[in-house]
Amino acid sequence: MTATNLSAGKHPKDAPFERNPGASFDTSFLENIQVNRSAVNDVQPLSRAAYREEKEWQAAWLLKAITCIDLTTLAGDDTRGNVMRLCAKALDPVRHDLLAALGMEEAGITTGAVCVYHNLIPFAKEVIGNKGLPIAAVSTGFPAGKITLEDKIEEIEKSVAAGATEIDIVISRDLVLNAKWEELYHEVALCRKACGDAHLKTILATGEIPTYTQVAKASMVSMMAGSDFIKTSTGKESVNATLPVSLVMLRMIRAYHEMTGYKVGFKPAGGIQKAKQSLDWLILIKEELGNEWLTPHLFRFGASSLLGDIERQLEHFVTGSYSAAFRHPMG
Amino acid sequence: MEYGPAPESASEANAFLDRFQRQFDHYINGAWHTPSEAGYFEVINPSDKQPLAQVAQGSEQDVDAAVKAAQKAQRDWVKIGGHARARFLYALARQIQKHARLFAVLEAMDNGKPIRETRDIDIPLVARHFYHHAGWAQVMDATLPDYEAIGVVGQIIPWNFPLLMLSWKIAPALAMGNTVVLKPAEYTPLTALLFAEICDFAGLPKGVVNIVTGDGRTGAALVQHEGVQKIAFTGSTEVGKIIRRAVAGSGKKLSLELGGKSPFIVFEDADLDSVVEGVVDAIWFNQGQVCCAGSRLLVQESVADKLYAKIRQRMEKLIVGNALDKCIDIGAVVDKVQIQTIDALVQQGIAEGNTVWQPSPACPANGFYYPPTLFTEVSPSSTIAQEEIFGPVLVAMSFRSHKGRCISQ
Repeated sequence: MTATNLSAGKHPKDAPFERNPGASFDTSFLENIQVNRSAVNDVQPLSRAAYREEKEWQAAWLLKAITCIDLTTLAGDDTRGNVMRLCAKALDPVRHDLLAALGMEEAGITTGAVCVYHNLIPFAKEVIGNKGLPIAAVSTGFPAGKITLEDKIEEIEKSVAAGATEIDIVISRDLVLNAKWEELYHEVALCRKACGDAHLKTILATGEIPTYTQVAKASMVSMMAGSDFIKTSTGKESVNATLPVSLVMLRMIRAYHEMTGYKVGFKPAGGIQKAKQSLDWLILIKEELGNEWLTPHLFRFGASSLLGDIERQLEHFVTGSYSAAFRHPMG
Repeated sequence: MEYGPAPESASEANAFLDRFQRQFDHYINGAWHTPSEAGYFEVINPSDKQPLAQVAQGSEQDVDAAVKAAQKAQRDWVKIGGHARARFLYALARQIQKHARLFAVLEAMDNGKPIRETRDIDIPLVARHFYHHAGWAQVMDATLPDYEAIGVVGQIIPWNFPLLMLSWKIAPALAMGNTVVLKPAEYTPLTALLFAEICDFAGLPKGVVNIVTGDGRTGAALVQHEGVQKIAFTGSTEVGKIIRRAVAGSGKKLSLELGGKSPFIVFEDADLDSVVEGVVDAIWFNQGQVCCAGSRLLVQESVADKLYAKIRQRMEKLIVGNALDKCIDIGAVVDKVQIQTIDALVQQGIAEGNTVWQPSPACPANGFYYPPTLFTEVSPSSTIAQEEIFGPVLVAMSFRSHKGRCISQ
């Protein structure tokens, strides 16, 4: 791993490929989508996640994971103070003595972005200023999405005006459950339009979608409507990101790329708390989509406590011993 | 981002081999038994072609000694009853679990199969077989009151799942009151010899389990021995036929588990991405050295090209390498002879006009590796569509429709 590919521009506009413009609504994209649930669930244990990187290789993968984290706080008790601490941590995510020991002090490692509620964007901007770290805002009546489409559009426009460069929207799950694919397409396409230059991450809330075939179709419709990322969950459903549901979505991203030539990113979110889990996802991405997707432009973790655990693992690699989580600055 | 090497340590397995000075005798009547005449042969690690140990070549006298020990032990083994036998089988299962890591590493070194497979599949299943049959022994008096033991069972097992095949053979035979003489395959005898030591640890009575190593000549002596009441064989169809003839008219019972050429059938409405993973498990698990491998892919014409493209894409990502590396997908083929057999059939497939494809990454050169191989649009009459290849070679052909119960090509 070289320092350059870690410190490359994080801002969506720095992506080294053309942004997904979407496509007109085409039901042929949805034909033949059949996902065999038991087969998907069965793939996991042996052939994929069972890889486990070791020693300096593991440290390299973990640093890569940090650069792909959307460091997130989405809680009722968020304050100016904790959002500002979160942003400081995002800009400076690993203790300097650890970075020095790894020879990565000059790599300019930051997380992929920070992710906050709309009304906290100004505080994030206060810390991040012009340092180039993307600010993502959750939008469209997050997490349930039960507001009118007009309100959703207005919310996006306000967040973009406030300085968000990435917008995480939630789709209307009822449209998926009732197979109203064209309506879903229009909803997401309008959100994309409202985003302007900001990148659009579309949350499917897969924990509330009963079948993998519906997840796959919702993924495809969201990409057709111009999403830059598709994202598993809000983190607020009872079941959040799982490896099988991620596999289903990644296969749709691959199919969309094969059909249109455009690359769409992927963001699992919710419940990814341990360094080991982050390796599972990175390896899944590498196996299904290849190295070119292992960049913050195409892959993000939605996570809050993951960074702290990764830092503990890095400390273990450097010093040979584990420290308690509270010994690391908040993350 | 590339994968780093993740080697499993071989030190414990090497310590086991060194403890025997890398030379193993037969295990007969609860003791190590020097081979009577035929000496020793070499067992190698197919991942790097390095010798692992010298193992005794069993002669007729060795087999005779083993069968006599088994006969002598059998009367008491029946007499102690199902409940007592269950206690021994439970003890064996626990000992296998206790030494699971050593078994897994030794199996991977001896056979060339990936450590992930021995660690996660072979050895856990071995322990479960002993637990399962311990249960049968425990309830035998109540559940199988009219059944009785056969006597001495001669067991000949293959090299593709060495310890798992041992457990399939030994656990049920012991549970029902039989004693055994087992001959492991000459390529892969080491975990059976470790198992012999485990029998000591578990306090199994002398002569209940006897292990005689050697090649086909040893197997033939066991099949022909008059003191054996049953032969159980898993292996090639060819050898199975020889055994069938040898046993005919002798009054011995016989069970055979032989080769196969199983179809993997894909219809146009299938989830093709999941099909690809199913195919990988079907033909590249254990380097395709599986009697029930899904080695013939039958795919509906309307999706055939799409599926072939997906399979090729997936094959490009299969990593072939040393069995002890946790990052590999496909290990080494068991022996040079097997490589030659596979390659001869592949060359014949090409000569008969079928389209062959292999992924671009080269296999490591220092071991017995064969690349994953795909034949497409194979005609059902060609040799590779009919003969078992027993290697990482998938033979694909298409069909038009399914009418009633059969597929029409």
